[in-house]
Amino acid sequence: MALLSGQDLQALWLTLRLAATVTTLLLLLGMPLAWWLAHTPSRWRRVVAAVVALPLVLPPTVLGFYLLLLLGPQGAVGQAMQAMGLATLPFTFRGLVVASMLYSLPFVVQPLHDAFESIGPRPLEVASCLGAGPFDRFCSVALPLALPGVATATVLGFAHTVGEFGVVLMIGGNIPGQTRVLSMRIYDHVQAGEYPQAQVLSLCLLVASFAALLAMSLLRPRRHARG
Amino acid sequence: MALPAHGITALFGPSGAGKTSCLRAIAGLDRDGVGRVAFGDTVWQDTPRRVFVPPHRRRIGYVFQEPSLFAHLSVAGNLDYGFRRAGRPAQLDRDGLVERFGLGALLHRRAATLSGGERQRVAMARALLSDPVLLLFDEPLSALDDAARAGLLGQLESLRAALDVPMVYVSHNIDEVARLADHIVLIEGGRVAAQGSLQDTLTRLDLPPALGEAVGAVIEGEVVGCDARDQLIELAFAGGRLWLPRRREVVGQALRCRIGARDVVLALAPQEGSSALNQLRCRVVAMAGADHPSQCLVQLDAGGSRLLARITRRSWHALGLAPGVEVWAQVKAVALGA
Repeated sequence: MALLSGQDLQALWLTLRLAATVTTLLLLLGMPLAWWLAHTPSRWRRVVAAVVALPLVLPPTVLGFYLLLLLGPQGAVGQAMQAMGLATLPFTFRGLVVASMLYSLPFVVQPLHDAFESIGPRPLEVASCLGAGPFDRFCSVALPLALPGVATATVLGFAHTVGEFGVVLMIGGNIPGQTRVLSMRIYDHVQAGEYPQAQVLSLCLLVASFAALLAMSLLRPRRHARG
Repeated sequence: MALPAHGITALFGPSGAGKTSCLRAIAGLDRDGVGRVAFGDTVWQDTPRRVFVPPHRRRIGYVFQEPSLFAHLSVAGNLDYGFRRAGRPAQLDRDGLVERFGLGALLHRRAATLSGGERQRVAMARALLSDPVLLLFDEPLSALDDAARAGLLGQLESLRAALDVPMVYVSHNIDEVARLADHIVLIEGGRVAAQGSLQDTLTRLDLPPALGEAVGAVIEGEVVGCDARDQLIELAFAGGRLWLPRRREVVGQALRCRIGARDVVLALAPQEGSSALNQLRCRVVAMAGADHPSQCLVQLDAGGSRLLARITRRSWHALGLAPGVEVWAQVKAVALGA
């Protein structure tokens, strides 16, 4: 008997694809957002920071439920999408990506924000006096100095997306190859009393999570030595 | 405040007087609360007219108090950061500067592995390589130990001679200022207390008391003799000759020394049987009250060089001093630099 069935492998592959997509998009989106949060003098900073941090405390089912209402055929976003001739997002892979991005947002933005803030204004002032414009400063100074933070954000964002359950349950459902991710598959196995199969998949997640945390703690001391 | 566009201008004053704020305004690092900044014919900031040239377009070399090297780059990477963005100008001799600052062996090292003095040398070379039209120094030596400070002062001194770029140098150390500056702006409590050429300004009688210890003459002369037995050198200047403790000076070199107002004793006749080595013949120019009511400041002219003496009012009256009277000044001079 194979350790993993075809359906298990499909769920594993789907989960990795989801996590990679979400992490990539979140890094692209989170970078400017974190930069803005670290540097803006705006009064809205605290409000935006609180909204970004919301998924940390909000039960995933609540987030998923609101997204289902919003994105569904009756919701504001859903109707707008239908009006533009697009399919609605719930119970699709793309819907899962959108939901997971919101759910994992703080796990990517927070480390980036901390990293940008810890650089301080001085290296950027030096760079501007040496003739570097704003975008140049970001690419040649801020980003390299924030690299440990980017690594942390990547690991956390990826791991957190892999492990989600509540949001998937509400907005993704359990469609094989579409929205049936690893955590759903484990749930199915347990429901069906297939403990050995659940065991194997759970072990995969456990090992992956541990590896992620280990990688992060290995990255940290290097950051201090660089300071 | 208008500063000359040549030589080294020192912004001197007590800590918290607003020297750094002034420098940051010139560089464009602090935009708010600044009215107008112009360099030559170029307006860098004119707030009422909504003109603001960002720092990266001002071509400024800024050396901060802490060296602020880029931690993610090697020494060479740091040096080339501004050099590359300035378009590797042909008139800048990168290798020559690397050698002048003694950085050849450090090029592949990371900033974190360098000593404080080495870092500041890299920071200075990096600023020079960005092909600046103006160099700004914000207490670049204050975080260094004495040996590193002495070395860098020498570097700065030779830069002044070799470079055509005007420099603004912020410091609260009068010895640094007296050694390097051509022009001085005294800043106190956020405003300019006095400015002008170094020698004239530091011997003015109306300086604020907060500058107390800084008050005194700066003499510029040439080393004309050297007494190896007594380890003294002889400095010739417009007002006469002075003997100074010898360090590494060589005959023929130019040298500045400082004569603090407290280190001058006045006598009506040259003293014999005195341990004072240096006696200069002077004429009293003017007198003004000092910070303590018992004291007064006397401005003297020694053959064209200005001196300042801080004596008691009792002595002023006892010696019958008045403008025009000839006196002998016994001075303790401190050579600046090596």
